[in-house]
Amino acid sequence: MQNIQDLEKILNSELNTKIKSSLIKHNQVYLKIDEADLTEVILFLKTNSKTKFRQLIDITAVDFPENEIRFKLVYLLLSHEFNQRIIIEIDVKEKEIVGSITSIFPAANWMEREVFDMYGIDFKDHPDLRRILTDYGFEGHPLRKDFPLTGHNEVRYSHETKKVIYEPVKLEQNYRNFDYESPWEGTKYIKEQTKE
Amino acid sequence: MAKETKTLNLNFGPQHPAAHGVLRLILQLDGEIVEKAAPHIGLLHRGTEKLIENKTYTQAVPYFDRLDYVAPMNQEHAFALAIEKILKIEVPIRAQYIRVMFCEIGRILSHILNVTTQAMDVGALTPTLWGFEEREILMGFYEKVSGSRLHANYFRAGGVHQDLPKGLDKEIGEFCERFPKIINDLELLLTDNRIFKQRNVDIGVVSKQDALDYSFSGVMLRGSGVPWDLRKSQPYDCYEQFEFKIPVGKNGDCYDRYLCRIEEMKESVNIINQCLANLPVGPIKTDDGKISPPPKKEIKQSMEALIHHFKLYTEGYRVDKDEIYTAVEAPKGEFGVYLISDGSSKPYKCKIRAPGFSHLQAMDYLIKGHMLADVPAVLGSMDIVFGEVDR
Repeated sequence: MQNIQDLEKILNSELNTKIKSSLIKHNQVYLKIDEADLTEVILFLKTNSKTKFRQLIDITAVDFPENEIRFKLVYLLLSHEFNQRIIIEIDVKEKEIVGSITSIFPAANWMEREVFDMYGIDFKDHPDLRRILTDYGFEGHPLRKDFPLTGHNEVRYSHETKKVIYEPVKLEQNYRNFDYESPWEGTKYIKEQTKE
Repeated sequence: MAKETKTLNLNFGPQHPAAHGVLRLILQLDGEIVEKAAPHIGLLHRGTEKLIENKTYTQAVPYFDRLDYVAPMNQEHAFALAIEKILKIEVPIRAQYIRVMFCEIGRILSHILNVTTQAMDVGALTPTLWGFEEREILMGFYEKVSGSRLHANYFRAGGVHQDLPKGLDKEIGEFCERFPKIINDLELLLTDNRIFKQRNVDIGVVSKQDALDYSFSGVMLRGSGVPWDLRKSQPYDCYEQFEFKIPVGKNGDCYDRYLCRIEEMKESVNIINQCLANLPVGPIKTDDGKISPPPKKEIKQSMEALIHHFKLYTEGYRVDKDEIYTAVEAPKGEFGVYLISDGSSKPYKCKIRAPGFSHLQAMDYLIKGHMLADVPAVLGSMDIVFGEVDR
């Protein structure tokens, strides 16, 4: 049984040039690496006898639209043997293509598809990179911060044409995003309306 | 002269009753043998993660009920734990006991549904009718404590919403006394049943290595002989104070997973009994006025309490800038929340790790080479609920 400090030391000595920074927080190791080293680091973590991160828990991305490097890809791994968790982060630019890890973990297949669907990040050498959760023929990437909460299209059954049709979203009422910081001045969209 | 054959494409679901919701499965069949299965998911996608980013932490809790709607409180638990870890909140011991107790009730709820519908998928109707009677009683407990039978919205960061109503502990105790006999009845119907065994033994076998590679968790992993349960290995709340066993399967087939679930229900009853026997008295949520709302009585008297109440139910509490992954052992496996907070009262990012997503992914691997009739059996033993797969 190794403790988390030892694990961080092992990682830093074995992978030293590949690690940009490492941190222990909430009893988990946070590792920042380069995109180019991703497959190598994941393979090392899975196969090395001192780490044994045999299970991929999840892959996800985070969108920071104001940053120059827009996305952060996050890989969560779990080692049953040593009872440790690790969080690996890489920075990804918009339209950058990331190496797929489906050959290391078959479970990555759908997880990468989900990231592709939700954020539009492409993966190289993925066997079947299609949308997964959204509708057939969907456009846009819903979890990007610039995608509106209400979406673009809505679906209904049309009695005239006797089929399901797509229409642009029409809302009776705005989504009420209250600004609680200054309750006396009202929300932004009301201010805009009263100005006119 | 060899006969020419061609494969048949079969569209299974999304409205098929054995599809456990809205699974669309495209099967390639050679006679009755499945050559390939391609699941199409997302028919129940509601954009939970996007919605959570636009709601305060308090408003986000009910979305977790709607993920795995068979065991709602287990999901809320993961979210509450994530916030508590970031804010370093001490949860009062009574609240921890209540949470553990209702998580185990959730586990029984989920396992009853799964075991009985798995039986129904292979042709036995009686277990469903017997099991659902008990689920009704358990959902009654949910209602008594939270006000609703399904979408509880009961767990809060720092404790639970309100204390147990008078007499509920006694009712739960009575249920626990009676329930082992019900499990026994179900076992009498199924465990040695010739047809049930013919349909489940050696079907959908998962090896240890494949279970790890495909990110299986929960019963899917334990059924294949990996002794791994987050309640034991990474205990959260007060799980380390209880004594319970982790049932582990041997063969990794549908039948072993069924046996694991039956044993887990017995262990859950055991945990609930221990909770009831040692239920401490005291507060049920943290007394930090910046996080948990004041009691109604105080609002009428104290100016400060009124301000806190107003702020908490409009702006909500703020969570410091941080990122964290927390996981709980939900009935279906490891349910995790990867939360990024930015110091405001809304999460910046909340990724939900649903166990069923990885399980369903392995459908093709599990079903290849089996007969068409095994598809519902394998699907049933995977314990898929589309609320959490599609999110």
